[in-house]
Amino acid sequence: MSTGFTTNPLFERVERARRRKHKIKETHITLAHGSGGRAMHDLVEGVFLEYFNNPFLEKLEDQAVFEIANTNGAVKLAFTTDSYVVDPIFFPGGDIGELAVHGTVNDLAMSGARPVYLSAGFILEEGFPIEDLRHICASMQKAAAEANVQIVTGDTKVVQRGSADKIFINTSGVGVIEHQGKISSSRAQIGDKVIVSGTIGDHGTTILIARGELELETEIKSDSAPLNFLVAEMIDEAKKLNSLDAIHALRDPTRGGVATTLNEIAMSSDVYIEIREDLIPVREEVKGACEILGLDPLYVANEGKLIAIVSNEIADKIVTRMRENIYGGQASIIGEVKAEPEGIVAMKTGFGGTRIVDMLAGEQLPRIC
Amino acid sequence: MKYIDEYRQSDLALILADKIAAMTDQPLKLMEVCGGHTHAIFKYGIEDLLPPNIEMIHGPGCPVCVIPLGRTDDCISLALQPDVIFTTFGDMMRVPGSSTNLLDAKAKGADVRMVYSPLDALKIAKKNPERHVIFLALGFETTSPSTAMTILQAAKDKVENFSVFCNHIMIVPSLKAMLDSPDLQLDGFVGPGHVSTVIGTRCYEFVPNKYGKPLVVTGFEPLDILQSVYMIVKQIIEGRAEVENQYGRVVERNGNRKALEVLSEVFEARRFFEWRGLGSIAHSGMKLKEKYAAFDAELKFSVPGLRVADPKACQCGEILKGVKKPWECKVFGTACTPETPIGSCMVSSEGACAAYYNFGRLSKVAQRSNAQTTAVKI
Repeated sequence: MSTGFTTNPLFERVERARRRKHKIKETHITLAHGSGGRAMHDLVEGVFLEYFNNPFLEKLEDQAVFEIANTNGAVKLAFTTDSYVVDPIFFPGGDIGELAVHGTVNDLAMSGARPVYLSAGFILEEGFPIEDLRHICASMQKAAAEANVQIVTGDTKVVQRGSADKIFINTSGVGVIEHQGKISSSRAQIGDKVIVSGTIGDHGTTILIARGELELETEIKSDSAPLNFLVAEMIDEAKKLNSLDAIHALRDPTRGGVATTLNEIAMSSDVYIEIREDLIPVREEVKGACEILGLDPLYVANEGKLIAIVSNEIADKIVTRMRENIYGGQASIIGEVKAEPEGIVAMKTGFGGTRIVDMLAGEQLPRIC
Repeated sequence: MKYIDEYRQSDLALILADKIAAMTDQPLKLMEVCGGHTHAIFKYGIEDLLPPNIEMIHGPGCPVCVIPLGRTDDCISLALQPDVIFTTFGDMMRVPGSSTNLLDAKAKGADVRMVYSPLDALKIAKKNPERHVIFLALGFETTSPSTAMTILQAAKDKVENFSVFCNHIMIVPSLKAMLDSPDLQLDGFVGPGHVSTVIGTRCYEFVPNKYGKPLVVTGFEPLDILQSVYMIVKQIIEGRAEVENQYGRVVERNGNRKALEVLSEVFEARRFFEWRGLGSIAHSGMKLKEKYAAFDAELKFSVPGLRVADPKACQCGEILKGVKKPWECKVFGTACTPETPIGSCMVSSEGACAAYYNFGRLSKVAQRSNAQTTAVKI
């Protein structure tokens, strides 16, 4: 087999167990349930999906896509929501407000939608400085202007000191899908290329260092950024090549990092994804910090990067176009989609071996976004 | 990355691998004692590069894995004491005790905090004078000097609300226990790296002298490990058995005098310490000397201190001794996974089971499993 893997009964047994729907065993929520990794999946499938199940939700994408009919035909919309609890609230390269706008804009953009309107809900802890709130709102406004979206509705709650930590923000967003492409995590196809839009691991590493517990000093900044224009240009390029359908999947690898996102794609598309360590862009400072902290950049959160699964024929052209956008300057092809073993992500290491890259297990860093 | 990439060059690795393969066809079993080596072997796919006659046996050098179930229960019991802040390295959070783990204890209200160094725990104690801070100290001589330094600092600063739950262990007694075990027939050792920066290489000389086995103190980068395998095999075919030092860039024969002084100032050997899978090993654990009793959590608090048998399904013991391979355990990868571990070997990134599960379960190592399953059963 081209993958160099052999299958044997043991590994088939392990794979069956791995892909089985997990029941939630814990009696209490632990931090692992918020990690973006396997425990969170178990919680979503074992609790939320059990009660809220419907054809939109069960796709488990980062946004719901639906059509609303009116007298002039139908409009296709994307709708998403996300809450932000990052600690610290101000960090090199951004703050919680900017993150709250970018995160929701990006979740909409990953469906190929043009984000239009956002809501903002604030949960504030008694005693929180108004000056800090002003600062956060100013960066939200700036981020919204850059992404060309408007914050059109909102809500404010204040809780007693200790009942929340400083400030939590929820944003929801609506976007319009104005093209006929079908972008979905379940559409990765054999032969596709895996593209990442730039260096990985910047945001998570920044947050960890910004907490100041490690006494490391670096120049690393969060990569928090809106990706809607980058996506629009990718769609435009595909249209020009008469291959709108060739952009198969788009995802932003936030919590759980690139590794977890690729695993989700491999499992929903029933394909094998093979990436190459030497092709993955990682900043030297991030590599160094991860080496010291025992982290793997593949599992560290990003807030301004996307993963695209694109058919081989147009992959190079898409990458070239991405590099013209400021948020895609280091776009690179990092791997490809193969057939077997299904549902698995593996990496050819720089050292010449091959190793499995599974989903994040346990919690790596709580409150990263 | 400078000073790292140099030790990860695949072209050099292939040259070394060819050399090793050309040296002998004799079947050899080499044990890497350190969990750090186990992790590196899987992370870089080093077994893929070794010829089939050379088999790596994964030793007991993962400090989290060898903590017996009863001690984990003690940790949870300490964490649940009123007004206690329990501090630990992240690895221990998900290690299962007999009914729960620290992560669950935290979810149920215990104040459990992850730290990167015992000095961070001391800082927390200084910031929270009304509460008592316990640091879960564990590890070989790699980590024990920093615990000792922290205790000296706490004594100097007269911090009264700080103590240590000491589970430090020593490498030499565990090596002796391995060598005396009738289960295992080993041909040589990839010797500990970071531990040896503290204790030096001289203390391993009993391995060749008394047991006639070569031991090469080894660094943690993939080329270090391959070079070490080369050096061990070379000793074997030349009929030598010596302690050699591959990790000369940081390890000296006599170790780090300052660190050793600090260790003997603060700690003394326990008469016995229980190791998961290996049982009780004489003089293998460390405890605080009488002089520093004020910082000993075992004296300050009452801990259950019970010996608890491993769950029946769990074969961590055999895996830690290297007599079984992770995939031979019935629950490997099915009931026992990194997310829901039954045994500690599946939790720590240095544990053999976690290494196999995370990195190796589909690689060429798997092909070997078919051939060797019967050969390694004792």
